[in-house]
Amino acid sequence: MEGYVLGNGFAALLIGLALFGSWRVRSTPFWRERVAEIVRRRPVATFVVALYVGVALLDSVAWHDALPGETSVDARSLLDRAFPSDFRERSYSAPLAAVEFYGGQPLAHPGRHLLGTDILGRDVLHLALGGARVALLIGGLTSLIAIPLAIAFGLAAGYFGGRVDDVVFLLLSTLASMPSILLLVALIMVIGRGPVQVCLALAVTSWVSFCRVVRGETLKLRELDYVQAARALGVSELRIVWRHVLPNLSHLVVITFVLTFSQLVLSEAILSWLGVGIDGSWGQMIDQARDELARDPIIGWNLAAASTALFALILAVNRVGDAVRDVLDPRTLRDSP
Amino acid sequence: MLAYLLRRAAWGAATVLGVLLFLFALFFLYATPQDIARRALGEKAPPEAIQQWLVNHGYDKPAVWNPEHPLDTRLAEHVRRMLLFEFGRSDADDVPIAQRLRDGVGPSLSVTVPLFALGLPLALSLALLVAFFRETYIDRAGVVLCVLAMSVSVLVYILGGQFLLGKLLRWFPISGFDPDPSVLLRFLALPVLVGLFAHVGADVRFYRAVFLEESGRDYVRTARAKGAGDARVMARHVLPNALIPVLTNVVVEIPFLFTGSILLESFFGIPGLGSITVDAIQSNDFATLRVMVYLGALLFIAGQMLTDVAYTIVDPRVRLG
Repeated sequence: MEGYVLGNGFAALLIGLALFGSWRVRSTPFWRERVAEIVRRRPVATFVVALYVGVALLDSVAWHDALPGETSVDARSLLDRAFPSDFRERSYSAPLAAVEFYGGQPLAHPGRHLLGTDILGRDVLHLALGGARVALLIGGLTSLIAIPLAIAFGLAAGYFGGRVDDVVFLLLSTLASMPSILLLVALIMVIGRGPVQVCLALAVTSWVSFCRVVRGETLKLRELDYVQAARALGVSELRIVWRHVLPNLSHLVVITFVLTFSQLVLSEAILSWLGVGIDGSWGQMIDQARDELARDPIIGWNLAAASTALFALILAVNRVGDAVRDVLDPRTLRDSP
Repeated sequence: MLAYLLRRAAWGAATVLGVLLFLFALFFLYATPQDIARRALGEKAPPEAIQQWLVNHGYDKPAVWNPEHPLDTRLAEHVRRMLLFEFGRSDADDVPIAQRLRDGVGPSLSVTVPLFALGLPLALSLALLVAFFRETYIDRAGVVLCVLAMSVSVLVYILGGQFLLGKLLRWFPISGFDPDPSVLLRFLALPVLVGLFAHVGADVRFYRAVFLEESGRDYVRTARAKGAGDARVMARHVLPNALIPVLTNVVVEIPFLFTGSILLESFFGIPGLGSITVDAIQSNDFATLRVMVYLGALLFIAGQMLTDVAYTIVDPRVRLG
C-alpha cells in the first residue's frame, strides 16, 4: 500500500476521533465547561495549535491526478496543491531573492520563495508547513498506541493487584530503567526505520510513566465508596472497571496526552539528528541545516524556519497543556514533567 | 531496615534480569545474528566470511535451548558476560569495548560534573526566588520564561550557541577537546553553558512546584502565626523540607554523570561515552549499543536504590513496611 493512502486513512481516523470527541464534549456538561475554560484561559495558544492541526490535515489528504497511462506522478496533498507544481530551483536561494545564492543564475520563480529554498532547491516555507503533518503523526499515532496500552496494563495492575500488579510493575521498572534515547535508538535500529516504526518505538518508551499514573489512580478509585457499593450489589468486576473506574480516568488521559505531545515531538528532533528520524520532520530540517551555519556567507533561513515552526508548536502545546492540567486536575499531577 | 534493604536489592536484581532478557529478545531474537553480521560486513559478504564472523563474535550458538550443553547458548552467554562485565569486542571494528569505556569516562565526567555542580544551585536558587515572589509579576514572568526555555529544542540551543558564541563573538572554540588542564576549560565552557540553558527551564519549574507545595503546609502557617518573616519562613522552614523531594530527584541523576550527554558530546567533539554511543549507532555496532543500554539501566537502578536509602535517612516519616 502506498504512503498517501495510509496518510488519508490516518487523517480520516483523526478527523473521526475529533468529531466523536467534540460530540462527547458538547453532550456532557462537565467537559463542555472545562473545554470552554481552557480556551478562555489560553485563547492564542489554542488558536495556534488548531492552526497547526489544520495545516497538518491539509497535508495529509493527498491523491494522484495522473492521466490514464501516466503513473509516475507522485500523489500531491492539498497543501502541495497550494504551491505551483514546479515550485523548485536548482539550489539555495535567499528569501524573496531573484537569483540563485551561489552563482547568481536567475531563478525559475524570482521573488516568490518567501523563506528561500534549501540545498535541493525546495521551497522552505512548503517544507516547514509540511513538518506539521509529521509532528501530528508523531504525537497522534504514538498516543494511539501508547494510551490504550497504558490504560489496559495500569487498570489491570491497579484493580486486580497481587501477582498481576507485580508482573506489570516489573515490566514498567525494566522499561523505565533503560535510558530512553538509547532505548529508542536500539528499538528503531532493530525494528527498522520508517514513520510507523519510530512511533512504535516512541510508544514503547512513553507509555511507562502514563501506566504508572493510571495504576496509582486505579488503586485509589478501587477503594472508593461507590466502587464498594457496586461490588456489594453484585456488579461484575469487568462492569465495575468499565462503568465506574474507566470514566474517572478520562481526565488523566487528556492531561497526559497534551503533556506528552511536546515531549514526543522534541524526542523525534533528537532522533532525526541521530539519523533515525522521520522524513520531512523539522528535526531533519534542523539536522540538514547544521553545515549551513559553517558556510560563509551563512545560510540561516533553513534553520530559522524549522526551529521557529517547532518552537511555536511546542510553546503553544505547553501553554495549553498547563491550562488543561490546571483546569482538569489541580492536584494529582503537579510534579509530572 | 535490613529486611527493607534486602527486599529493595532483590527487586533491583529482578529489574536487572528483566533488562537482560529484554535486550536478549531485542538484539538476539528479533534482530537475528545473520542480520547483525550482514550489517557489519556489508550486503555482499560471502557466506563463509559471515559464518566466520558469527563464530568469532559468539553469535553461532543456539539461541535459548541446547539439549547437549544446557548452558552453551546465546542467552546464557549474554547473561553471564553482562553480569561479569565481560563486554567483548565491538561488532564494527573489533576494539575491546571495555577499553573504549575506560577511555571515555574521563571526558564524559569533565562535562557532566561541572554541568551538575553549576546547574543544581542555579536551578534551586532561581526556583527559590520565583517561589518567594509567588503570585506576583516576577513569578508569572519566571514561569513564562521557563516555558519558553523548555520549548526550544536542544538542537537549536547547541547550534545557536555554537554560532553565536563560537563563530560570531569568537569567545569559545566551536568544538574540540584537549585533556591538558590549561586549555580544557576553554573547550568545556560552551558545552556546559549550552547544557545549562537546555535544562534550567524544566528544573526551575519542577523545583518551584516543590517549594510552593511545601509553602502551603500547616507548619508554614504556624511559623507565620508566630511572627516569622517571609524570608525566614522560606529559608528556615520551607527550604529544608523541600530538599527531601529535591534530593530524590537529584540522586537518581548522579549515576548518569558517568554516561555523559549524547548530544553535547557529539556536537562539541568530546570523546566521551556519549560520542561512543553515537559512533555505535552510526556504524551499526550492536554490541556496543547493547552494552551502553545495559550500563545505563544498571546505573539507573543503582541510582534508584540510593534514592530509596537516602529517603529513609532524611525523612523519618517513611515507614519501612
